[in-house]
Amino acid sequence: MAASEEASRPFAGLSDVSISEDIPVEGDISVPVGPSRRDDEFSTLDEPVKDTIMRDLRAVGNKFIHVLYPKRSSALLRDWDLWGPLLLCVTLALLLQGGAADHEDQGGPQFAEVFVIVWFGSIIITLNSKLLGGTISFFQSLCVLGYCIMPLTVAMVVCRIVLVISSGRVVFAVRLAVVTASFGWSTFASTAFLADSQPPNRKALVVYPVFLFYFVIAWMILTYSPQQ
Amino acid sequence: MASKNDPFQFQEFDEAGDLLEANRDATTISIDDEDVKPKKQSTATGFSTEADTEDPLANDDQAELLSGQKKSPSFWSFEYYQRFFDIETHHVKERIIGSMMPWPRKNFINVYLRRNPDLYGPFWICTTLVFATAISGNISNFLAHQGDQDYKYTPEFRKVTIAATIIFSYAWLVPLAVWGFLLWRNNKMGNLVSYAFMEIVCVYGYSLSIYIPAVVLWILPFNWLSWCTIVVALCLSGSVLVLTFWPAVRDDHPRVMIAFLSVIVLLNILLAVGCKTYFFTIPGNKTVKPTNSTT
Repeated sequence: MAASEEASRPFAGLSDVSISEDIPVEGDISVPVGPSRRDDEFSTLDEPVKDTIMRDLRAVGNKFIHVLYPKRSSALLRDWDLWGPLLLCVTLALLLQGGAADHEDQGGPQFAEVFVIVWFGSIIITLNSKLLGGTISFFQSLCVLGYCIMPLTVAMVVCRIVLVISSGRVVFAVRLAVVTASFGWSTFASTAFLADSQPPNRKALVVYPVFLFYFVIAWMILTYSPQQ
Repeated sequence: MASKNDPFQFQEFDEAGDLLEANRDATTISIDDEDVKPKKQSTATGFSTEADTEDPLANDDQAELLSGQKKSPSFWSFEYYQRFFDIETHHVKERIIGSMMPWPRKNFINVYLRRNPDLYGPFWICTTLVFATAISGNISNFLAHQGDQDYKYTPEFRKVTIAATIIFSYAWLVPLAVWGFLLWRNNKMGNLVSYAFMEIVCVYGYSLSIYIPAVVLWILPFNWLSWCTIVVALCLSGSVLVLTFWPAVRDDHPRVMIAFLSVIVLLNILLAVGCKTYFFTIPGNKTVKPTNSTT
């Protein structure tokens, strides 16, 4: 007890020390700032631009890998960013262009339509999951939904490559298989991240809109027909 | 409130209650004064069973007052809309099944909604129906033109926007009109049965759920199948709507009642037949039906 009391008053023993006036008390209380300290981690102004860009690119690439192998990791959720979704959305919208465009209003989706579907769809699904009582934050959910479009973008690339070769029934069967597989992969990957944040009796209510969202995107990819 | 009719009321407590009010120096008085505060607190937290049997007269008023003092969130806040998503998976399943199987004495609003209308069902059923209609229409067009050499397949993406406009206006503007009409008749006739706007939106939203399998069945290019499914779907969803609104207009003039119910059924028929003719090609009739002419 006495020791704790002593510890609670650290300068207790010095209470009776007095400094006589003839001893000059002076000194320098400035702390020398060294060239290489921990402060460098927080100040990125001095690093070359290449480092800054590579850091962000590496983070985006890391998340792509997490989507490819959807383990139960929290990298996607913890450090969310919207670069990946933007990149994927622009790539998908560009790849969906240039198909059956001779009838302007009977053709495929325009660039803006793809954008609107992807971003508004993600926002509505996020709002839905938050209204149902989800614990995930708004931008985390947008990040997850956006990154999980990656399998579908890969399927789109494959479809376009295959359509360059020919466009018959066999090719259609191949496209159907590829798009179906990537749709299943996207839905599975995103529910692996999103379903945990919901109470168990509402999981199906949150998963169904995600299913519908990726189904519509898969439909847009499958029905892409090239100009003849 | 009436302590004589309360089955859990013992006679002794009754007399004690009477004594309490008549005679202020009984020994229970000191407990009563202290009990007033803890009783108030206990009704606030909801443990009102014991307190009610001892002093039912005071506590019922307090319970009502305290429960009515809950602040309702404003229309522009997030919590206002969270109320309408307070459902679970099995509730949605029950409501969908209930909307597909009308029962003569079962009113959808009373049986399934039970004062808990939700926005989840109407919104996602309408969205699913929009995409199902557009996609099925596209597939059926493609199948109908199978042997046609001149036909070039297009995804017809514009139709999604048109389908969305039609279906969402049916699911949201018609309930608004129905609600306004019922409000007006309520004021005039003093009906006892009145429905909230959200409940009417809920009924209309869930009644559209039968059309989703119907729309998928319309892909198959058989005329008799299409008309069979239209008739079945119309009967089911129309009867759900009629059975729901029947209690609300039952006491009205017969002409008003018949006019109102037939307008509801007519709008339903219009939606189904309109969607079928606009989005789907009738097999044997090889014209694609876009709004602009093809070259």
